[in-house]
This record gives sequence, C-alpha cells and structure tokens, in this order.
Amino acid sequence: MTYEELLTDMALKDERMVVMTAENRALVRNMPQTLGRRFIDTGITEQTMVGMAAGLALRGRIPVIHALAPFLTMRAFEFIRTDVGIANLPVKLSGFIPGFLSDGNGPTHQAIEDVSILRGIPGMEVYAPADEDDLVKMAPAAWTSQAPAYLRINHKKGNYEHAPYEPGKAEVIAEGTDVMLLVYGFLFENAMAARELLTMQGLSAGLVNMRSLKPVDEEAIVRAAGRSGLIVTIEDHFKTGGLYSIVAEILLQRRLTADVLPLSLGERWFKAGVLSEVLAEAGFTPEKMTQTILTHLKK
Amino acid sequence: MMNTTIEGRAKSEHGVGADMALLKERALKVREHIIRMSQGGGCFIGASLSCVELMVYLYGEVIRRDPAQPQSPDRDYLFLSKGHDVPALYGTLVEMGLLPPERLSNHLSTSDSIYWHPNRNIPGVEFHSGSLGHLPAVAAGVALDCKLKGASNRVVVITGDGELNEGSVWETILVANAYGLDNLTIVVDRNQFQANIRTEELVPLEPLADKFAAFGCEVRRVNGHSFEQLEAAFGEMTIGGGPWDGNGGGWQDTNGGGHHGGVGDGGTLYGGGRGKVKVVIADTVRGKGLPSIEARADRWFCSFSAREVEQLLEELHGNKKAKIESETLVVR
Repeated sequence: MTYEELLTDMALKDERMVVMTAENRALVRNMPQTLGRRFIDTGITEQTMVGMAAGLALRGRIPVIHALAPFLTMRAFEFIRTDVGIANLPVKLSGFIPGFLSDGNGPTHQAIEDVSILRGIPGMEVYAPADEDDLVKMAPAAWTSQAPAYLRINHKKGNYEHAPYEPGKAEVIAEGTDVMLLVYGFLFENAMAARELLTMQGLSAGLVNMRSLKPVDEEAIVRAAGRSGLIVTIEDHFKTGGLYSIVAEILLQRRLTADVLPLSLGERWFKAGVLSEVLAEAGFTPEKMTQTILTHLKK
Repeated sequence: MMNTTIEGRAKSEHGVGADMALLKERALKVREHIIRMSQGGGCFIGASLSCVELMVYLYGEVIRRDPAQPQSPDRDYLFLSKGHDVPALYGTLVEMGLLPPERLSNHLSTSDSIYWHPNRNIPGVEFHSGSLGHLPAVAAGVALDCKLKGASNRVVVITGDGELNEGSVWETILVANAYGLDNLTIVVDRNQFQANIRTEELVPLEPLADKFAAFGCEVRRVNGHSFEQLEAAFGEMTIGGGPWDGNGGGWQDTNGGGHHGGVGDGGTLYGGGRGKVKVVIADTVRGKGLPSIEARADRWFCSFSAREVEQLLEELHGNKKAKIESETLVVR
C-alpha cells in the first residue's frame, strides 16, 4: 500500500479529514479526483496553508498538509508554532524529501534541522518512518491522534517488512552487546547493512529503528545504554537537537552515562548530488559508517 | 440556520436599522474601560481607542451568536488579527454581557488571562493573536470549512494597517479569492500608524483600496468612527457570502477550473461579485476620544498613573483636558 492509497482510504471514511498542499502534489497526485473539494491546493503559500489548516481544525477538521519539508517546517514555522502549537490543533504535517532525500537540490532544500525545531513545540508529535512500509504502518497513528504531528516522510520502498506500529515504541531489529545502532528515517537501510558488516567483524551489533522521535521510546534508549558498550546515533540531521540530543537528554534525566557516537551532519550542509554520491561524500554508506564505528572502538 | 433570538443583526438581512444612540453609548463605555486598563502596567491604548466603533458595531450588528449556545458551529466568527487592540474587545465583551466586568480588574494579573493580546480563555475570543499577519489565514480556513459545509456563517477579521506590511496577509488574500471565499470580510483599522511611526512615512500603503482591488477583493472605505457609515457599508454587502460554485484554482483538476472571483468578473474594479473577499477599510484616528493623545506617534503604548486616568476620563466626557506627565515612547 502506498501513502496515497492509505490517505485516500482513511479520508474517504472520515469526513473530518481534508488534504492540503502548498503546490507539492508528489504524494497526493490522484487525490483531486478521489477527494473532490476536500483536496485543497493553496499554491506556493506554506504560511497561509498552515494558518488555514488551523482554521479548518478549529471547525473540527483534521487537515493533512503537504509541502517540501524545509519550506513546511521553516518558512511556516511560526505559523506551526503559534497557530497549530499554542492551540494544540490536530493538524498533520507531511514534510516531503527531508534530509538526504533532497539529494541534488542543495542547502536551500535540506531539512536537516526539522526534528530539532518541530519537537521543540509543546505537544507536537514527530514521526520518522524508515521507508514506505514503515510509513504506512505509522501514519494511521499520527493521523488519528488528537495531537499536532509532523511526519518526516520517507516514501521510498524498502526491503524490510516492519512490525506493526505501537504508538511511542521503537522497533528493535536486533540486540547487540558491543554496539547498538539507533537510527530513524531514510538511513535505516544503510544502518541495517552497517550492522551486518559489524557482525562480520565479529562484533555483537544491534539495531533499533526509532520510528517515533516524540514521543520517543525512552526504554529502548535506556536499555541500549545498559546492555551495549557503544551507542551509535545515525541521522541525516544536524547534530543539534536530533537523535543524539534526545539520547543525551534521556540519559542525563536518568543519571546514566554511556559511550555515544553521533553519526550526523554535525554543523554542515551536505554536498548536493546524486543520492549515492551524497551518501558517500557525507560518510553515510554502510562501509563508511562501519569504518567510523570501528575507528571509534579502537580508541 | 439563524433565528430571531440570536444577538446581532445586519440591516441587509433584517431591514432593521441599528440603534445608533445605543451603539454610541456603548462605545463611550468601552472607551472608559480602555482608559482604566491603561494603568497598572498599561496597554496599547492608541490602537484600542481607534477600533472601538468597529468592535461595537461588529459585535452588536454583524456577528450573530446564540447566547444559549455560544460555541455553536452556526455562529459567526470575529477574529482580531492585530491583537494588541484587545482592550477594545474586553470592553465590548463586557458591554455585550459576555464577560463579567469584574474580570477587567484582573488586567495583567497572572490569575486571569486578561493581558495584552487575545486568547481563548476569554469568552467570545475565537483565537489567540499577537503575532501579526496570522489570522487572515486562520479566518480563511474557517471560511473555507463553512463553504464546504454549505453554511452561511459570517467570518470577519480585523487587521491593523501596519499589519498589512506582513506578506502573509496578501498571500492569504490571493488564496481566499482563488477559492471564492466571499464569506470572509477583512476590516482594516486604518489609524495611520504602525507602532511609533506613520505608515506613510515608513512603508506607504496608499492607494490601499486599489491594492485590495488589484488582489481581487470587493472594497469599501468608510469613516471607522461613524456608525452610520459602517451601517451603510455592511448593509450593502452579503457578508455571509453568496451561493458558492465550489470552483477555485486548486480544484481545476476536478471541475474544469475557473472561478468567479477575479477582477473583471464582478463588474467594476471595486464592485461586488460572486466569490470575492470583502474588505472594509475603516479610516480611524489613533487614540480617538482623547485629544491629549490623538494621532500622536509617541502615545502608542501608555502606562498612566491613577491621577492621569481620572483626568483622561474627564477629558473623554468633554471636560477639562488631562495633564499628562507619564513617559512617552519615542522611536524617532
């Protein structure tokens, strides 16, 4: 099932749902036909779209709204924070091509601070599916919750069949005592491959697909800190405010400490290009991630 | 949908003229409330005094609410987008019997929610504001839902004139006209000032009516302190919107496109027409009612002493002019 099929099914069954886009129809191409007037394209107006979504939600609607992730989360940020956040309205934000998925676009289009700024809004839920299968398993929870929610969309087909989604729970792919990889979103597949490479090196390597970053599965993080020699956070996001920060916040809160290696974009925008080259340049191929982890372990 | 028990009526619908004497008496009382709120921490008195007639007229004559069901989805909606004019709203709500008068004495107390910007803890406030350029979009979302449901609610949003610097206002007008939201009315409190500077000396807005018309709106311009002119302007308009054909830019894929909201569809540039957002530019005077502070750049936010407030109340009633000694706010 695709994102569009799921959204169409759910919207046809629930009159409250409206689908909006700021002229980014990639995920919802056929919905003008299937939804009729409940499909609303506001043109290239992220701020107005978010404000109107708040108004529609005041009237009892559940707007699922679409734009490229950087413009949705940053151009319209204050509208999200002020109109959706303060009023705690069930507006559902779908950010398209976040992180590395913006591949050749360049830094204007790189949403690599989205997790940080969205999770900073009180009451906002943040979901980061690993692939299309994960996305369609998680989206119903995001859309049926009473809270505002941000979906960091990854619509790419994966090669893993995910477990059913349990709200607020991470998906433990494998346990590991030497290394535990914590990942969300698009980098899941490469993290899987890196885990295999680490295993081939004779290490006990585990992997957790975080799925929901807010609420986050605190126990999965605490368990990793207790059982594994090294936690590696993997994200196509700045170091500030993403998964590395989340892990740090939770460990500090629990008065725990651990060896945590952040694989993130640090403080730089990534070099734009074909996705495979982007990953290689930024150090996020399975081989490069494995190398970085092994080097860290040797220290 | 509506029945005669609902407060508020418009000449256009009922053919009944507003009680001008009652409205004027109410406006005077609202100004008294505003002046009293300008002590003990102060308030944005200038921008509040400029929109008193607008609030009193809109709540009294335009916005229809069933007092027994104030949250009914059939109610009309009034949004305050500029926000800092909220003392005028508090005063109006008290005079309309929607807010207990004793709550005004809680102004700026953290035990209540009577502060410098509107919020939904105040009965009658539909949405919070304070950050400029937001509520035209929120109001457009409400108006769109009313259209989707075939309802004829009136959706009115008051903006400041300085607020029109915000691009989001114009963005929303483009979208609202694309979707034929003729049930949306924007009322501009044109008091000529943004904070401490005259609009025309900073970022000129005129010719303002032309700008709204060029964006596809049906525009009227009135003296915003004249209930007679407000009555005439609102009396002419079908502010709940006309029949909606459901067309709009975004729906062209389903029904062939085209809408009736564009300039030229409805006759003259300023004229009415199906699908057009309505705009009422209300020319007002900042600080209206208090000659001591009227149209003064440095009397935007005021925190007066108890003595000054007593004198200003006298001044409001046409007695001796107040002697104002408290600090002014000057930016240039």
